[in-house]
Amino acid sequence: MMSLDNNISTGLNLQKGTRLADRYLIQDAISNSSLSTIYRARDLHFPNIIKLVAVKELINPATDSQVQEMNIGKFERQANLLATLTHPAIPRVLDYFTQGKHSYLVFEFVHGETLESILGKSEGYLPEDVVIQWAIGLCEVLQYLHTHQPEPIIFQNLKPANVMLNQHGQLILIDFGIATSFQNEVAGDMEGQQGYLPPEHIQGEVNASVDIYSLGATMHHLLSGGDPRATSQLPVDQRSISRINPDISPELEEIVDKALQYSPSDRYQSAEEMKSALLEFIGRSDSRQLTPQYDAVFPIAENAIQPIWTYVCDDEIRGTATCDRGIVYFGSYDKHLYAFNIESGKLLWKYFADGGIVSKPAIVEDSVFFGSEDHRLHVISARSGSLQWTYYTDGPVRSSPFAAHGHLFIGSDDAAVHAINIRGGRGIWKTETDGEIRSSPYVTEDSVLVGNEAGELYCLDFRGGIKWRFKAKRAITSSPTVTDNLVLFASLDARIYALDLKTGVQVWTFGMDKGSISTLYVADGLAFTGAIDGNIYCISLSSAKEVWRFSTGHQVTGSPIIHNDGLYCGSVDGYLYCLDHQTGQLHWKFKTDKPITATPAVFGDIILIGSTDKRFYALPVKALH
Amino acid sequence: MTNFFNELFGNSNKKTESPSERRTSDQPTQPQESHESTNADIKKDDDPAMYEVGMGSSVGLQRDHNEDALFATTSKLVTESTNHPFGLYIVADGMGGHVHGEKASEVAIRAMANHVLTKLLPPFLGTPAGDLEVPEQDIMNDGILSAHQAIIEHASGGGSTLTGVLLRGEQMTIAHIGDSRAYEMQPSGEMKLLTTDHSLVKRLEDLGQITSDEAASHPQRNVLYRALGQLESINAEVISSPVPKSGNLVICSDGLWGLVSDEEIAAMVLSADSAQQASKNLVEAANAAGGPDNISVIVIRMPD
Repeated sequence: MMSLDNNISTGLNLQKGTRLADRYLIQDAISNSSLSTIYRARDLHFPNIIKLVAVKELINPATDSQVQEMNIGKFERQANLLATLTHPAIPRVLDYFTQGKHSYLVFEFVHGETLESILGKSEGYLPEDVVIQWAIGLCEVLQYLHTHQPEPIIFQNLKPANVMLNQHGQLILIDFGIATSFQNEVAGDMEGQQGYLPPEHIQGEVNASVDIYSLGATMHHLLSGGDPRATSQLPVDQRSISRINPDISPELEEIVDKALQYSPSDRYQSAEEMKSALLEFIGRSDSRQLTPQYDAVFPIAENAIQPIWTYVCDDEIRGTATCDRGIVYFGSYDKHLYAFNIESGKLLWKYFADGGIVSKPAIVEDSVFFGSEDHRLHVISARSGSLQWTYYTDGPVRSSPFAAHGHLFIGSDDAAVHAINIRGGRGIWKTETDGEIRSSPYVTEDSVLVGNEAGELYCLDFRGGIKWRFKAKRAITSSPTVTDNLVLFASLDARIYALDLKTGVQVWTFGMDKGSISTLYVADGLAFTGAIDGNIYCISLSSAKEVWRFSTGHQVTGSPIIHNDGLYCGSVDGYLYCLDHQTGQLHWKFKTDKPITATPAVFGDIILIGSTDKRFYALPVKALH
Repeated sequence: MTNFFNELFGNSNKKTESPSERRTSDQPTQPQESHESTNADIKKDDDPAMYEVGMGSSVGLQRDHNEDALFATTSKLVTESTNHPFGLYIVADGMGGHVHGEKASEVAIRAMANHVLTKLLPPFLGTPAGDLEVPEQDIMNDGILSAHQAIIEHASGGGSTLTGVLLRGEQMTIAHIGDSRAYEMQPSGEMKLLTTDHSLVKRLEDLGQITSDEAASHPQRNVLYRALGQLESINAEVISSPVPKSGNLVICSDGLWGLVSDEEIAAMVLSADSAQQASKNLVEAANAAGGPDNISVIVIRMPD
């Protein structure tokens, strides 16, 4: 016999794993002050599209019940006001509620890094053009807030710690001034904000000029590296940037100084006016080309990754490399298979086939196995690159060989799965299917699994007989992978499937925004894959729920790999991304000149990947922050 | 090893190889030897041993009626090419007092079993039609929803926990709401709790407001924050994991796990001669500890 209680009060500090309002699963506290805490949480409301959210917890300090009610009313009015704001630099309010003395505001979660954190990590001074670009973006969002109808909104909280760069390099204002709803009106109390606020704010003045001053103080901090809150120093408006950073342009210093004038009437009269001054300084008439150029706003990360070596082929590299005993092997559409020493980047040999090579080579002992557009499986010496034997199929071979149990298994555009003796090249059997096979076989101790362009997934026994067959709604170009007797693969029908290895029945499916040809990577009970919708997804293997997604600039056709907690994945936007595999946060990205369709390979502390810009790259694994 | 695979790799399939005409003469190629024959059979990878299932239920020593309900079905189809086990096991613990509680757990377990079996048995016995099937997690989740709906319609005012385990092939899928539990037990006796208790004390424990010792004796030990039939919308926990080889599964109501420790449960399951004996011993142990609540348990032994 039991009773039910839906109104459970929540503790002061929500612990990891707490479910708030039966909807938000708390993962971690992101920031904490005496009046509020911000948590990262997962929204459990929708079974399949769980997103990360930021939950801000405000503590109602009032002891008198009427004051408490009043504070809650004020909180709700502000939450409603925030919910009406639509600007790319302002996180959307998703929900709010009050439980006892705690009120909660749920925002969209911003993946990224605060300017304070970027400043902390940068050596020397941040480049002028980067700071100007940020300042222009901040002018735009301040102008939006200051001209809000029916009443202007004053942010009052501008400082490097409250501005984030998201994964696309866009600026986002965080920690919206709602914290003030439970505070008394004396603005001078604002925690951690002193130094960024103008003198008149102490007297309770709250108008647009306050935010202009804070923007000036923020720029001062970014350009001089000196924290306005440091009490040992003069107030920020009395410190000259050029004395600390002699390289600053005098015109830019003038702009910052004008924003920091003691008297509000001497400052810029609007964010628009300040933006014009910045644009004039950099000689542009409008900011449109500036803001979406996120390449430029990750200057620290992007320049930090320098290739150890590169090699230029005569045509595109679309396929994945294989590393073995210090040597990397990869094919190119220039019809060559290359072998390089991974450490030195020295070309050891190259082998010419009669067609382009997209197949990922397999290495067994001294032999390299790969398919080619010339319809053949080629087997060459790993030491010399000389031909050992070839095996013909009746179509181009885009599938990659899987070596197991003394045999090679490979698919072909002739729609058949071929089993070939690894020593002599004798064909043992082939099983024909209803579609071209570009998926690569996966072989377990008693089964061969492979997908085809007709949307079928086959489970074959070692005589080539069909154990079971599963049909998706569209092509299965993705190669299956098996973990704990669960067969995982993606389809162009926009689903990831998890089937029981023994019976072929569906255990779960996961819906993506678009289809995928990427192969799943499994680690720590999580599955990772890319999709044509441009996302890299991380899914829980047990609950089939989304843990995080990362949006790249274009389709993701290669597959992710994980090495030392870092997830590496290429995108058709030309970048190789390195993300935190637990949270999907961007660590760094590396630009190539054309789409990347391959999957990265890792050897030691070197990442190896080719791009359709015809170049093959050896990149260092950067220590993760 | 090579011989073994040569045998296995006999060419048995219908389509014969067509030697390619496209060979070039300047590179050595190996001719394909087609029509190689073999008498090797498909490896019989497991014998048709069944899951062994035991069930126990008791009103306890301090209640006058039993609000728990249990369901178990095990089947297996063994043919030349298939050897597929199938099992569905459910424990439901009713709430709401007297008539309501009994009725709630009963209608919930009937609705859940009905939904899952209707969806899964026909394809299990018919030709496998993978593409027409619904994923197991969806079926189990829908089963929970139909149990919830059944309580609202037929046992209004009552509520129930529900913990259902579906075993099929090498995978198991668990759908769960409330504070009944499912454990996976390794042959070594190591117990792993597969479900989360949707109970107030668990939540207080998670919040750090009480210790696990305090939780065990907390006066509001029975207060749930998620259960069937009680809220407008429900959010079941649905998870899958591989079937534990050679181990046991234990599904039980809080009348058992609240009184008998995980270690004691493991020891009793390991030492019993059969799953049925283990279930009986577990129920007796809970009654010996005072039996304040209804006690229900299903023990499933995996074949070696």
